[in-house]
Order: sequence, then structure tokens, then C-alpha cells
Amino acid sequence: MSAANKMEASSAAHSLSRYLRATGMPLLFLASILATLAIHRDFGAFDVQSLALGALPLAMAATAQAIVVISGGIDLSVGSMIAVANVLSASLMQHASFRQSLGLAVLIILVGAVQGAINGTLIVLSRIPDIVVTLTTGFIWGGVALLILERPGGGAPSDFLEIGAGADLSPVLPNALLLLIVAVGVIWVPIRSSRLGLSLYATGSDPIAAFRSGVDPRLARILAYGLGGVFCGIGGVALTMTTGIGAPLAGAYYTLSSVAAVVIGGVSLNGGRGGVLGPVLAALLLTLLPMDLIFLNIDPNYGQVIQGTLIVLVVMIGGFAAFMQGRS
Amino acid sequence: MSKALALLRGHTILALVLLLAVFVLGIEIARPGTVTPLWVSNALLFAAPLAILGAGQTLVMLTGGIDLSVASVATGSAYILATNAASGDGFALALALVLGLAVGIVNGLGVAVLRVQPLVMTLGTGLMVGGAMTVYSQYMLASQPHVPAMIQTLGAGKLIGLIPVDLFLWAAIAALMLFTLHRTGFGRLLYAVGDNREACHLAGIRVWRVLFLDYVLCALLAAIAGLVLVGGTNAADLSLADVYLLPSVACVIIGGTSIFGGRGGYAGTIVGALILTVLTSILTLLDVPEPVKQILYGAIILSLAAAYARLTA
Repeated sequence: MSAANKMEASSAAHSLSRYLRATGMPLLFLASILATLAIHRDFGAFDVQSLALGALPLAMAATAQAIVVISGGIDLSVGSMIAVANVLSASLMQHASFRQSLGLAVLIILVGAVQGAINGTLIVLSRIPDIVVTLTTGFIWGGVALLILERPGGGAPSDFLEIGAGADLSPVLPNALLLLIVAVGVIWVPIRSSRLGLSLYATGSDPIAAFRSGVDPRLARILAYGLGGVFCGIGGVALTMTTGIGAPLAGAYYTLSSVAAVVIGGVSLNGGRGGVLGPVLAALLLTLLPMDLIFLNIDPNYGQVIQGTLIVLVVMIGGFAAFMQGRS
Repeated sequence: MSKALALLRGHTILALVLLLAVFVLGIEIARPGTVTPLWVSNALLFAAPLAILGAGQTLVMLTGGIDLSVASVATGSAYILATNAASGDGFALALALVLGLAVGIVNGLGVAVLRVQPLVMTLGTGLMVGGAMTVYSQYMLASQPHVPAMIQTLGAGKLIGLIPVDLFLWAAIAALMLFTLHRTGFGRLLYAVGDNREACHLAGIRVWRVLFLDYVLCALLAAIAGLVLVGGTNAADLSLADVYLLPSVACVIIGGTSIFGGRGGYAGTIVGALILTVLTSILTLLDVPEPVKQILYGAIILSLAAAYARLTA
């Protein structure tokens, strides 16, 4: 093969993998919606609402993970931070009024930000790899959640729960979906297009190059983890809103699933690439799967197997594309 | 003082043994009479499964990888053993090890051949195994799982009331690990690949074969650790080894193996596993609620790892 052909083949493989990365997730999601419609013809407004409600905490976890991964890290304490926000909100809001609950929600989201920033600061200062630090802080935050609420309990005012479960805020979309769009739209979208967002992407892509262009990669990483903490806080409050109680061990699920959503959603774990849309759609997909299994009368426990298989398949396809690229 | 520090820098294993001694001394001072031969024997008994998990984790971390599926594999192998024991001990044992082998092969294919990041690959296979076990357990509700007597002896038995039986298995694995890492070509290749994969490739080494074998061995060791664990508890449930995921990584890190690969060894992991076991014992002696123990455990692991990073920087 001549050099020119070689270049062409490799760039074709490259553009194919880029194309898949950008459009794969929306296409996969569309296909799963169509499949759901085929399985369950009555899939309507009510099911959309329960899908959005069920997916809300995971979508927040996926957004948190995506932001951290984009800036070149990984956060294995996402689930525990969600658990902390969950039990904190359920125990504080139990006897609060609706207005107080809204104030408490803001406060709890700030607690999430602080937790995330602590993760980031520990990573930057100790120079221990992200995986090890967040695996350990995940253990610590898990202990904090158990300290706040030993066993499932607590609650929130019914008006507050109604924000998530209702469909009264907008004529077309269920509230949960609206909340999801607002949370991501109001916090992440402006940051993404600002200098801060650019510095997160730059740090994830190449910290040294980012440093030489005037970005402080250490600060960028702390901010990324802090921002991740904000979304974990929202996720935990959303979990209270959707389940009505606080459960100290409920968070564990979200650590692994958030990484799954990020990988399936096409964000590169090498950092610097990808967005939040893919992981959010992946979170919806991962919530839709067990629903479909129930419609099909299959044990919904297969959901976890499918989730694992999906991760492995997605990364293997990515690896296979790179493998072919390397050979050609 | 600086001379002592320099000595510790050169021989980090000394620092670890010193730390272990300080921990044990601390227990003895806080609660005189705690450290007896029986206490030591129990510490070794509990350290063995962790150290076996740590052996696999050491192998993959030397190449710059990590295996997050070890806990699921250990739980899975224990559960398969207990649910199939009725069809014969040997059959159940073989089936449990086959699970380890199968997961190892899938991990190896992904990491070695398709160059998937180990973190994601093993996270995915861990989820698959965990989910598959949940589904499998639904079909096994009617059966009466039991742990074969042989495995109970392995996980909980003691010779002449003092020497834990699993210590023999651990010693054999440790000897094999140390020999493989320092005296065989495969062992040296693990360090080389962890240090510079590209250079190995250019030197004509088939890197994928090294990595493939590496992940298969890690999963097999995890399956063996699961057997020891279930022998100790005599009850196979689906969250048996969950709590061992963090310690399995932590004992390797504390033991001085770099997560970026190429540096470290199994001797450090052995001491790391002992330190974590003694730490658990200290926390049990402290009369504090479980969540506080969990927080302290995490905080101490983090500070140890940070101190280590400073010492060797």
C-alpha cells in the first residue's frame, strides 16, 4: 500500500470513529425508543414521565462524571456523594415547609460542591492518582452518609415531591425532564462556552499545553471536581424527590452507572473530548432498558448484565477501530 | 535524621515494616495483653484472602493497569462453589475457577488486544459478572447452597490451633509471585511493559501476550481469593467480596507499587495487606460506630498513600 493510500485509510477510520462518537449515542437512543414502541405500543406520556423521573438522578450522576472525565480525571465517589445529598435532604426536609425545602436544596447542592472540591484538592495536593483518591473518598463519603442516616428513612414535603412527579410546569414536557434540561442548561451550557469551560477541556486534553497557554491546570481540576459535586448534589436531591426517602446505601449504584453512561455516551476517558448530551442520553437509555425488560416479561436483573455488556461492546468497538487504524 | 530518611527512601519496605510494627505496638500499648499468638494467628488468617486479591492486583498494576472486577469475580466464584457443591466438591471447585478464567480471558482480550482502558474494561466485566450472579441466584433459590468442608478448612481452619491453613496457600502464592516477578522472563516483561509499552513493542516483544496472561492470572487469583473468603464466612451471599475492592487496590498502593506501572513488587503488597488488616483490628478495638470506622479507615489509607507518594517523590 502506498503512503498516500495508507494516510487515506487511516483518516477514513479516524473520521469513522469520530462520526460514531458524535452520532452513535443519539442513534442508539432513537433505536431504543423505537424498539420500546414496538414492544409496548401504549408507550405514552405516562411512561415518558416515569422514564424521566427514574432517570433524573442517573442523568445528574452522568453529567457530574462527564465533566470530571472531560477535564482528565475520573470520580469513583459519585455514588457516595449522591448518597450524602440524598440522606441529608431526606433528614432535613422531613419536617420542613415547601419554601424551606427549596432553600435546603440549594444548601445541599453547595455541600456537594464542597465535597467535590475536597476530592479535587486532595488529588492535586497529594499527587495520588484520581482513581485511588476517589475510590477512598467514596468510602469516606459513604461513611458520612451512614452517619447522617443509619437506615432508610426521612422524607420531604409532598409539594416538593410533586415538583418531580408532576406534569404541571410545562404543557408539553413532564416536570422531571424539564428539571433535567434546566439543570444542565443553566449550569453547564454557560460554563461550557466560557473561558472556564475551555480551560477544563484544555486541561483534560493536555495539562502541560494548557499550562503554557495560561491555564492553571490544578485550579481547573479542582473546579471540575467541584462542578461534578454540584451535579451530585442535584442528583441526591433528585433522588429524594423521586423516591420520597433517604437511603444511605442507594448511592452505590450511581458510581458504576455514571461511568457506564459516560463511556456509552461517547466521552473519551483520555479527557478533553466529548460533551454532556451523550452521557445524559445514555442515562435515559440505561433507565429505559430495565423498563423494556419488564414489558418483555424478562427478569429486570438482566439490566445490569446488559449494562456491563454495553460498556464492553462500546469500548471494544472503539478499540477495534483503533486496532484497524493501527494496522492499515 | 536525614540519614534515616535516606535509608527509608532507599528501602521503602523497611518503612512499611516499621509502620506495621508501630501499629502493632500501638494496639499493645492502648490495650495491654491484646497481642497474643492467637491474635497474630487471626490477623494472618484474615490477611490471606486480601493478600491473594492483592497479588492479582499487583500483577496488573505493575503494567500500569487496574482490575476493578476482582471483587465481583471473588464473589461469583464463591457463590458458584456453594451452589454447585451438591454435584461434587471437585466439580464445584473447577466451575468456580472456570469463572475466573473466563472473566480473565475477556478482560485480557479487551485490554491486551483491543487496547481498551483497563479501568473501563474491568468495570464492564465486573458489572456483567455481578448482574449475571443476581440473575443466576434467582434460579438457585430452591437449592441449598453449602460450602464444602475442604474449603471451610482452607478458609477458617488452623493447624494445632494456631497456624491458619490459608497461610500455606498464601505462602505458596507469595513464593510463586516473588519467583515469577524477579526470576522469570515473564516477570521482567511485566515491569518492562509497565515502564514503557512502546519501547517493548519496538524491541520485538509481543506486548499483547504479556498483558493477556497478566489479566487471566489476576482474575484466577481473584477467584481463589473468593474461595478462601467463603471458606472463612461459610455463607455465600452476593455481596461477599464487595468490601474488598478498595482494600485490594489500597494494599498494593500502600505497598509501594506505582499505579502508573513499572515500579513495585509483591513483597510490599504483603506488608500492605498486613497493615490494612491490623488497621481494621485497631478500628474494631476502638469503641466507635461503624460509619466512623469507615471514615477513619478511608482517611488513614489516604494519608498513608499520600505519605508514601511524598517519601518516594
